[in-house]
Amino acid sequence: MSFLDRYASVLSQYDVLGAFWVNIQLTFWAAIGSFVLGCLLALMRISPIASLRGFGATYVQLLRNTPLTILMFIAVLGVWTQLQIKLSGDFQQNFFNFAVVALSLYHAAFVCEAIRSGVNTVPVGQAEAARAIGLSFLPSARLIIFPQALRGSITPLGNTLIALTKNTTVATAASVAEASGLMKTMIEFNSDIVIAIFLTFAMCFVVIVIPMGLITTWASRKWAVKR
Amino acid sequence: MKANLNVLFDAQGPRGRRLTLIFNVVGLLLAAAVIWWLLATLADRGQLSWSRWSFAFTANAWENFYLPGLVSTLKAALVSIVTSVAFGLLFGMGRLAPNALVRAVCTVIVEFFRAVPVLLMMIFFWLWIGFLDVVPPSDLPFLAVVLGLTFYNGSVIAELVRSGVHQLPKGQSEAGLAVGLTHGQVLRSIQLPQALVAMLPSMLSQFVVILKDTALGIIITYPELLDSARRLGSANSMLQSLLIAAVVFIVINFVLTSAANWLSGYLSSRTSGRTKIPVGPGVGAPEKAA
Repeated sequence: MSFLDRYASVLSQYDVLGAFWVNIQLTFWAAIGSFVLGCLLALMRISPIASLRGFGATYVQLLRNTPLTILMFIAVLGVWTQLQIKLSGDFQQNFFNFAVVALSLYHAAFVCEAIRSGVNTVPVGQAEAARAIGLSFLPSARLIIFPQALRGSITPLGNTLIALTKNTTVATAASVAEASGLMKTMIEFNSDIVIAIFLTFAMCFVVIVIPMGLITTWASRKWAVKR
Repeated sequence: MKANLNVLFDAQGPRGRRLTLIFNVVGLLLAAAVIWWLLATLADRGQLSWSRWSFAFTANAWENFYLPGLVSTLKAALVSIVTSVAFGLLFGMGRLAPNALVRAVCTVIVEFFRAVPVLLMMIFFWLWIGFLDVVPPSDLPFLAVVLGLTFYNGSVIAELVRSGVHQLPKGQSEAGLAVGLTHGQVLRSIQLPQALVAMLPSMLSQFVVILKDTALGIIITYPELLDSARRLGSANSMLQSLLIAAVVFIVINFVLTSAANWLSGYLSSRTSGRTKIPVGPGVGAPEKAA
């Protein structure tokens, strides 16, 4: 049997696209979760209220210095097995939900930092001008600072989304059946075409991730605040 | 922090200060409520009793589990740091080469390895080298962890080198060329030394990424800190054991992150490059220091 026939027959035995679909779903839900939580944290970290600032800073320090793998293990072995807390009645869905929660909690810290670095791109004069025409904290934040800060944080936010997409493979540690787990199974049973299998999975990620990077660069240029 | 404070709000008057104080108290109460809720949930399930924690504070736990695990973690991290920096310098210089072919090859390699998840590479190297049967099976997980981390983080560092050189003022290379140095000499003796100093803080924060990603080794049976914590936890109490491993990671990374931030401020007056650390998450962020 030629190499190509062998490769095609192995590919047809496994649901590669199905496994990637799980990664994409993980990315989608964790992106929403981490964006909402990250925005809340960023608001806390730039507010005039010291206690909220401290809370946000502590969260970011703790979560961004913890390996994602530990969070996955804490979720599944600690929270589910030991504390018996379930996130879904369905066995598979339960693992999926735990993985989404762990991914969201972890990446929220980076979303928060991305937005904060966007706020730092806004020149002081903008805020001073807002105050000079009589806007108070919330109106000046909503009308003047945030629209510019969001546009300035497109690049770090895009990078966070790309990292999140790749990090969904770590969900295999939380027993979610996704791409990296399937690749391991496929290689174990088809040791003659290891490199071809790896390159297939790697190229799938390249095809997802590189356009994301290009769109990020394009969007950050298109919406950059001209100064 | 101080910088945004000035951006967003003015020095407050008496009414503003009163409002801030009220919200401060509310915020404290909210934070306390969240922490109390977490602790109450744990206490409800009997997780806070000393009998569930005492195992972690014995000589056995540290001598036979946490410390050997930490040593393996640090060993993998240190070796990967050295190899990643070497890989990064090589390919970073390759991406700046005058030869278009060399540039193109290096660009493809760097972009490829930055786009593939580290875990995927680790699993591949682990199984592939295993089939090739060229190293003893006991060294296999270590080698796979180091290779995975090197290709990914090396590519990120290559990007850092490239953008570090691009961010230097143009006059630096023009002056070098004007005194008769070749392109390669300008890169090696004028641009790289300055770019390396400028990128040191970003490099340190990349080392944090390397250290965190060694924890992926547990998936390919590398006996690192998380793995020791899991083995210790399965005999005693899992959640508590994992939390202690997390604390160890947080402390080490916190020190590294703080050092990077301090260095960033310290070095900014010592180089014509930019020392700012790009914002980017752990596993697999393409840290474009643009």
